[in-house]
Amino acid sequence: MNLSPTQYEALVKRASPKSKAPKTILCAFLIGGGICVIGQLLRSWFLSSNISETHTATLVAASLILLSALLTGLGVYDNLAKYAGAGTLVPITGFANAVVSPALEFKSEGFILGLGAKIFIIAGPVIAYGTIASVIYGVIYWLFTAAF
Amino acid sequence: MKQIERGIFTFEAPPSINAFSAVVGKKEGEGPLGNYFDHIFTDTKLGQDTWEQAESQLQTEAVNRTLKKANCAPEDVSLLFAGDLLNQCIGSTYGLRDLGIPLFGLYGACSTMAESLALASLMTASGAVSRTLAVTSSHFCSAERQFRFPLEYGGVRTPTAQWTVTGAGAALICAEGNGPYVAAVAVGRIQDLGITDVNNMGAAMAPAAADTIKRFLSATKTAPDDYDLILTGDLGFIGSSLLCELLRMDQFHIEQVHNDCGKMIFNRETQDVHGGGSGCGCSASVLCSYILSGLRSKRLHRVLFAATGALMSTTSIQQGESIPGISHAVLLTASKEDIPWNY
Repeated sequence: MNLSPTQYEALVKRASPKSKAPKTILCAFLIGGGICVIGQLLRSWFLSSNISETHTATLVAASLILLSALLTGLGVYDNLAKYAGAGTLVPITGFANAVVSPALEFKSEGFILGLGAKIFIIAGPVIAYGTIASVIYGVIYWLFTAAF
Repeated sequence: MKQIERGIFTFEAPPSINAFSAVVGKKEGEGPLGNYFDHIFTDTKLGQDTWEQAESQLQTEAVNRTLKKANCAPEDVSLLFAGDLLNQCIGSTYGLRDLGIPLFGLYGACSTMAESLALASLMTASGAVSRTLAVTSSHFCSAERQFRFPLEYGGVRTPTAQWTVTGAGAALICAEGNGPYVAAVAVGRIQDLGITDVNNMGAAMAPAAADTIKRFLSATKTAPDDYDLILTGDLGFIGSSLLCELLRMDQFHIEQVHNDCGKMIFNRETQDVHGGGSGCGCSASVLCSYILSGLRSKRLHRVLFAATGALMSTTSIQQGESIPGISHAVLLTASKEDIPWNY
């Protein structure tokens, strides 16, 4: 019997289990939300310590990055991410994890060609296209503000 | 030795597997087959500096333990067939560097244990050599960093993803001996039904296993019931069900006698391995422990071992190519009387 790729694809689809969406979405919401709550608590604390609004924004981001980097180094973050999914990926902590984890991993190939070259292997595309998107946004914004 | 059909060989004087051993990592040791392995390394780095060195060490250990069991020195072995999953097969190169045995380095992805066993048996049965070794390995950490993401990266594995086994298996194939015997060999053909999802390797490889098993059964005029076990390498849970379904369409019913090393090595409920085990260390470590010891103790009599490999690379996947599969098979019997065409 000769099966076409399309017929086989249908077979495979039927045999492959799907992600348990209700459970994973709830976990992502709870853990991702938890990270945001920590951010909010830090913000309130910094503000109550008479730190300016601008400095507080920077400090909150930096604290979360530090926390995520630390948990990545201790081997905890990926275990949390297993349950959280997008909940740990979307906040700034996910970005920190995406930079710290290759840094740890590729240290064995040396500090230049290993760590240095591969530290942005996951975050690199985000940075590259994020920068391009911001430039395009800037041009559009300039055109509109100049025209009207 | 006779070629009964293109790529399928039977042996009048079947080579004997006189010694074998399997070494694995901690997670594999905690699985259902834990008691059958020769050694379980609780340190996943095996005291080495890098994951690649750790994988090489697995091969060194598997070979040394096998030689020791057979009371052999490396000098007594004429040929060594070895392979692994790492680029340019460095797992084998560094692990076997000091042995001085003439080496054929192989790449058959996860089918390499069957491929090395097949080639070692063909060379031995040809009468050219009397002692050969076959060894393969894989390591979860070295495979992850080559094929997927850094270990500490918080990515989520899909439900169909498989878990690369940390382990190695080695077998000493001799012209004379008391078995288990290699009675026949089937060389696989590349099969590709267009699967592009690297997180569903079992689905990509199932057509190759179906092709080889079908060709073997037809060429030898045997039926699935003639075997105690038709054992695939690392199709896992999804690939196994697809294999049975594909064969059912051609009127081969293997469900009752089929099992898969990727299903056997881990506990699906408690070990969080999603689609099952994978990697060439998966079939190597299961074969060179539970299966071969079963044949030696006559718990098993006739096993058709068909390991499967996915022959893609990270480059081909990024270029959007589909995943071609291959499956080589070896017929193993407990005694010469157990060979289907001998009774």
